[in-house]
Amino acid sequence: MASSHGTPPVFNNKVIAWIDHRLPIFSYIEKEYHTFPTPRNFNYFWNFGAIATVMLVLMIATGVVLATNYTPHVLMAFDSVERIDRDVPQGWLIRDLHMNGASFFFIAVYVHIFRGMYYGSYKAPRELLWILGVVIFLLMMATAFMGYVLPWGQMSFWGATVITSLFSAIPVVGDSIVTWLWGGFSIGNPTLNRFYALHYLLPFIIVAVVALHVVALHVHGSNNPTGIDPKGPQDTVPFHPYYTMKDGFGVVVFLIVYSLVVFFGPDMLGDAANYIPADPLVTPTHIVPEWYFLPFYAILRAVPDKLGGVIAMFGAIAVLFVLPWLDTSRVRSSTFRPIYKWCMLLLVVDVVVLGFCGANPPAGFWIPLSQAATLYYFVHFLILLPVLGKIERPLPMPPSIADAVLKKKAG
Amino acid sequence: MASSSVPADGHGDPTRRDFLMVATGALGAVGAAAVAWPFINNLNPAADTLALASIEVNVTPIEVGQAITVKWRGKPVFIRHRTEKDIKEAEAVPMSELPDPQTDNSRVTDTAKKVRPEWLIMIGVCTHLGCVPLGNLPGQDKGPYGGWYCPCHGSAYDTSGRIRKGPAPLNLAIPQYLFLSDSLVRIG
Repeated sequence: MASSHGTPPVFNNKVIAWIDHRLPIFSYIEKEYHTFPTPRNFNYFWNFGAIATVMLVLMIATGVVLATNYTPHVLMAFDSVERIDRDVPQGWLIRDLHMNGASFFFIAVYVHIFRGMYYGSYKAPRELLWILGVVIFLLMMATAFMGYVLPWGQMSFWGATVITSLFSAIPVVGDSIVTWLWGGFSIGNPTLNRFYALHYLLPFIIVAVVALHVVALHVHGSNNPTGIDPKGPQDTVPFHPYYTMKDGFGVVVFLIVYSLVVFFGPDMLGDAANYIPADPLVTPTHIVPEWYFLPFYAILRAVPDKLGGVIAMFGAIAVLFVLPWLDTSRVRSSTFRPIYKWCMLLLVVDVVVLGFCGANPPAGFWIPLSQAATLYYFVHFLILLPVLGKIERPLPMPPSIADAVLKKKAG
Repeated sequence: MASSSVPADGHGDPTRRDFLMVATGALGAVGAAAVAWPFINNLNPAADTLALASIEVNVTPIEVGQAITVKWRGKPVFIRHRTEKDIKEAEAVPMSELPDPQTDNSRVTDTAKKVRPEWLIMIGVCTHLGCVPLGNLPGQDKGPYGGWYCPCHGSAYDTSGRIRKGPAPLNLAIPQYLFLSDSLVRIG
């Protein structure tokens, strides 16, 4: 699709050659997934794009099967999910794969995002690639949120109430927007219906954006742990069999961990309150979103003002869109950035701390802790990133990927 | 720019063709917006949802100091039969202490402008992010101001349902209601 590498492939099979002459899908696969020159020094962090793709396919497959037994109606949704769990052949398995699949999809994507940030994969010329990734992340959040509403348990209902009510913070038109989102005066049957429709639609839009993400990736190829561009054939290996094997291995290890949770702790990551049918008149004493939203939920609650909290929470994601321009350093990989490396690792700790803050009631020391963690989050992006790029002295860089690899082997 | 009156660089006076292009484009945009509107408006509440807009409640069985919750438009409505102490406390609060200043009297007036301080009728939805505050049932945490307390994000309301502490920006909302007699109230 992009840069030309190698000569066009010749197909010996006559049928394949006939098709390829008219619709060059085999040439495309050959060029982009076989001979595609890929930096030879990937570490295991580079597995998570492939892992996330596998999880996306798995979520769509299990989701389509679940949809055949699910009923999107306030009186029947909860029971239809219980029926899937108890009566439908292997329904329990498909459902546990789907609900834990969401968690593991987010695990893969969070590691993938960390990889991009630590090794500076978002920097020129990969800014659009990064932005498409943030779009995928946003679509995933919307899809996961609406999917969590479908079982119509107490957390479904009240989580949906809290999150949709965020929009009521918008001045003047906020309440009209919320009524419009709900299709009524509260979360109800119209809301459940539309969330179901969108929950089915959005994954396919994610697939489309992932396709664009991959097209953009294959224009300049992958970044690598040194952040140095490949300078010639000595720096790269063909994608197949080297990285098909390495990705395949990573996917299998990841799926083993995922299977352990699916089979031995399917409700480990969920909230027990969601096995109580939704009751619009009783709010659970402690509402928490799913774990993958907790850091953002903590940021929402850290600001003691309704509109301010909502702005901070959306800002925490919006800041990722401009990340390529906030970072002023020309060095991609944190390996060669002695100060930034620690800031980046501190950000990981910070996000985990925010996660714990989001999981606990907003009282006592959790309030100042979540405020401090929120402050660091924004300081990292808005102050450290632009300033460090100017004042930090990077470590000496190896002349090429091959040099870096061979030196490491020799040392 | 096919017209001969336009110089080759295209920076001449607007021609009849330019006008037609802009007019066609503008009309197309209006048409697209007109077609988009039914799709957007389709998501607004339907007629049957709107039809559930009012209910009537008999308040005779509610003892002084007791409160009930009824469902209106899918939301809980709190009806509290306030004690003398509740009313006195609510009336004694200076306006300067309220984030959303409202007199207690204005919150217990029905649509016929009749004030009934013993009956406080409110939508039981926290104005922060929509949880149902505690305090309507006996034994529930009424919060530091003796009214309601939202466990989700810690907003506390007084005996008039006014916000006193926490992230909620507004007092608990008062629906439109009318006492049809001393025992029957219509909400909505």
